[in-house]
Amino acid sequence: MLQAGEWAYSETLKEHFMNPKNILQGENTDDFDGVGMEGNLQCGDQMMVVIKVDKEKDIITDCQWKTYGCASAIASTSVLSEMVKGRTIEAAFNISPKEVAQELGGLPDNKIHCSVLGDKALRAAINNYYTRTGQEDKVKQEQVKIVCQCMNITDHDIEDAVLEGARTYLELQERTKCGTVCGQCKEESEALLEKYKHIHFGA
Amino acid sequence: MADMKVYFDHNATTPLHPEVKKEMIASMEMFGNPSSMHAFGREARANVEHARQQVADFIGAKEQEIVFVGSGSEANNTVLSLFVCASSQCSPCSKRNTIITTKIEHPCVLETAECLVHRGATVKYLDVDRYGKIDLDQLASLLNDNVGLVSVMMANNEIGTIQDIATITRMVHENGAYMHTDAVQAVGKLPVDVRTLGVDFLTMSAHKIYGPKGVGALFVKQGIPYCPLIRGGHQEHGRRAGTENTLGILGLAKAVEMRAIEMPAEEERLLHLKQVLQQGIESSIDHISINGHPTDSLTGTLNVSFEGVEGESILLYLDLEGIAVSTGSACASGSLDPSHVLLATGVDAEFAHGSIRFSMGRDTTLQEVEYLLDVLPRTIQKIRNMSTAYIKGGLHAASR
Ligand SMILES: Cc1ncc(COP(=O)(O)O)c(C=O)c1O
Ligand code: FES
Repeated sequence: MLQAGEWAYSETLKEHFMNPKNILQGENTDDFDGVGMEGNLQCGDQMMVVIKVDKEKDIITDCQWKTYGCASAIASTSVLSEMVKGRTIEAAFNISPKEVAQELGGLPDNKIHCSVLGDKALRAAINNYYTRTGQEDKVKQEQVKIVCQCMNITDHDIEDAVLEGARTYLELQERTKCGTVCGQCKEESEALLEKYKHIHFGA
Repeated sequence: MADMKVYFDHNATTPLHPEVKKEMIASMEMFGNPSSMHAFGREARANVEHARQQVADFIGAKEQEIVFVGSGSEANNTVLSLFVCASSQCSPCSKRNTIITTKIEHPCVLETAECLVHRGATVKYLDVDRYGKIDLDQLASLLNDNVGLVSVMMANNEIGTIQDIATITRMVHENGAYMHTDAVQAVGKLPVDVRTLGVDFLTMSAHKIYGPKGVGALFVKQGIPYCPLIRGGHQEHGRRAGTENTLGILGLAKAVEMRAIEMPAEEERLLHLKQVLQQGIESSIDHISINGHPTDSLTGTLNVSFEGVEGESILLYLDLEGIAVSTGSACASGSLDPSHVLLATGVDAEFAHGSIRFSMGRDTTLQEVEYLLDVLPRTIQKIRNMSTAYIKGGLHAASR
């Protein structure tokens, strides 16, 4: 329950919104090793992530950003920029929107979509770094596939849900909220549900 | 943090007028059911009927033309729903099942209209121009023998644009259809007289004019066919079942009484404040645009689009400084769509995402406007600093 005077968002989110960390100052990105941008202004969300990489150790030493978007979008890019510093490129690449949301102390359901773009932009920046440094072979396509755009549910989330016990589409919906908005993802998520049931439980 | 608490969201709702509060507190003990024949009931009945007279007088109606309802939304639902009833006995126009409304109505009209389509009605939506005015030629071209009802809001809640209801009503009546106006944002802010307007139905709501929430009134012209939305009681002469919200009704009556006294002098003061606010924003912040009609607009309402920033973040940063405003975009309410009103006026989606409605009222002071003008420019600057919209040599270079 929301208390009077309380925000609809967690304290962590509020803190990152009030005092965002690692905002890219100015427009110049020349000092950075990778630049990624996702989203567009028409949809109301756009994020740019820039990274510096320690090329010996493959570690991200700096991560800055710009975001056009709501409070959740701003806070999630801010928290993401803190999370990736010091991580290996590999580890950074695998950060999921879920982890970002957890780090923020949770996001309201209708705001989950706002946090997706940040890690997408991060992966774009990493791929950009690989391209620039002649490591095209390492450029990775999105490893996870977003199945439900509305709730930002990936094939991995569906697999997790199956592993955690979801056996029917309804149970999957209850666990992940997949398909609870526009419903256009139903067919694909049902197919994945069957696939993972088969893989993991031979069902 | 912020000591100053300033309220620029009067179109969402208003604080109780002190006189209304006094009236309601004084009536707290009056618990009788107006339908009861004993003394307790008679006292309540007398008060409700007195209130009805006051509300009627305020909009130039007859007492028996006022139906008290639970909200502006209910009144709008009631009127639209009248026009799809299949029974020719209670439906005003069972053969005329087309409803014309506009693209900029409040959701309680738009969503009811959508629902009526499933029940067999045809609904047509009028376009608006860049200032939010409907196109009278388009209306003329849509009017025909199938049109039973035209519903056009008098003043828009988001951008404040005022429609010429009297002219629209004449056109509608010449075509033999009925006319409804949602005057929730108009009553108590500009002169509203149902005879001058000529309308058959008019919606008003108490909480936008310093009255209590959860009570409104529907004007239904005498002799117009009618059928209740809420059935099961003889209250309101069978037009709206449910034991009357006596306290709320008395609050509404007191609110209009105070409006009659205060409104005339307030108009000029609010207009001045709006000019100060608009000029202040225009001179201190670039890349903005003002939404709504330059003259035919609510004096207390100013809607501004700020390029390169998203509305919810403006709202929340201002909230941290004690300033309450509202976004045009509905992101905060869980939808990603920018305001349907702004999109209807042809505002670009990106601009619509960055729009803020400032709505002032009887308690707004020049000092508050100045405080807002002090905070706003640096807030916008702060957000633009972190916005992708300004990357790489000028606006949008990166996104285009
Ligand atoms: C134009 C308009 N119509 C209707 C309503 C709904 O009124 P109420 O809040 O009394 O249901 C509102 C208030 O938001 C409004 O602005
Ligand atoms: S894409 Fe899954 S509900 Fe819309």
